[in-house]
Amino acid sequence: MEQLVYKKPDSIRDDFKITFCPGCDHGVAVKLVAEVLDELGVRENTIGIASVGCSVFSYDFFNVDIVEAPHGRSLAVATGVKRSKPDKVVFTYQGDGDLASIGIGETIHAMTRGEKVTAICINNTTYGMTGGQAGPTTLIGQVTTTTTKGRKVEISGYPLKVSEVLKEIDGTAFVARVTLDSPQAIMNAKKCIKKAFEAQLKGLGTGFVEILATCPTNWKMTPQEAHARVRGEMSEIFKPGIYKDKVSEAK
Amino acid sequence: MGRIVLNRDKCKACYLCVDACPNKVLEVDKSVNALGYYPIKVNPDKTCIGCAMCARVCPDIAIEKVYR
Repeated sequence: MEQLVYKKPDSIRDDFKITFCPGCDHGVAVKLVAEVLDELGVRENTIGIASVGCSVFSYDFFNVDIVEAPHGRSLAVATGVKRSKPDKVVFTYQGDGDLASIGIGETIHAMTRGEKVTAICINNTTYGMTGGQAGPTTLIGQVTTTTTKGRKVEISGYPLKVSEVLKEIDGTAFVARVTLDSPQAIMNAKKCIKKAFEAQLKGLGTGFVEILATCPTNWKMTPQEAHARVRGEMSEIFKPGIYKDKVSEAK
Repeated sequence: MGRIVLNRDKCKACYLCVDACPNKVLEVDKSVNALGYYPIKVNPDKTCIGCAMCARVCPDIAIEKVYR
């Protein structure tokens, strides 16, 4: 007797069209969020906030209601949605250029207020959609279209370690950094995303997951080489792990 | 004995599933799909164990269902 062991999550639309480049980890991240929404059984009660960047097309795949926020303002919009509809599950799906660059003010203040929302940040060390410019998370020495000789500390400073910054904020209940470079890492990432949603459902504060993702197109690598880079030089600077976990403590 | 349901017109040829498959059941097809990529196909000579590793790593949800 055949048994179904895996199927497309219900929280992904049936007429979905993945608009990301081949091998981009965004597709896996979207899928994980959808699987978590399915497992928690909150799909019908969820409002997502899309951001600007490669994640802008969230409404094309998620089978939930989505609000499109101006660039960087996803967590500000999420604050408004959550406060006017406190019984809804609210999450934002943002890139690092959105959450950590133009939106770092909104991010820090929404989390300082301890808004009961979940923020998912895709960190691929570059601005993917606009053509691979240097962002706040670009690694030192990384060649991008705006740092053609590699990012130099004396010109553009150091990469911003988002999880390390946000774990110090009292309003956050769960902060973790995960990778998607292997099936094991993907399963671990799913557990962390689930906890970030539980932080919201239990009213403990903001749940935040930073996902180290690949951008094979702008890194000019194959998907396999890009995953090797995530495992190697990216994980050395951005150390994966759970930085703050009030969810397990509250159990 | 397992089985996957593959939507070959969703595949964008990143071949992450080919690397993830422990039994090397998946291989590259010789004909292009609707998107113009060379998608993956199942090698009928190899045995699928239905571990769903391929479906988990697929960024394009081309592997829609896995049975075991």
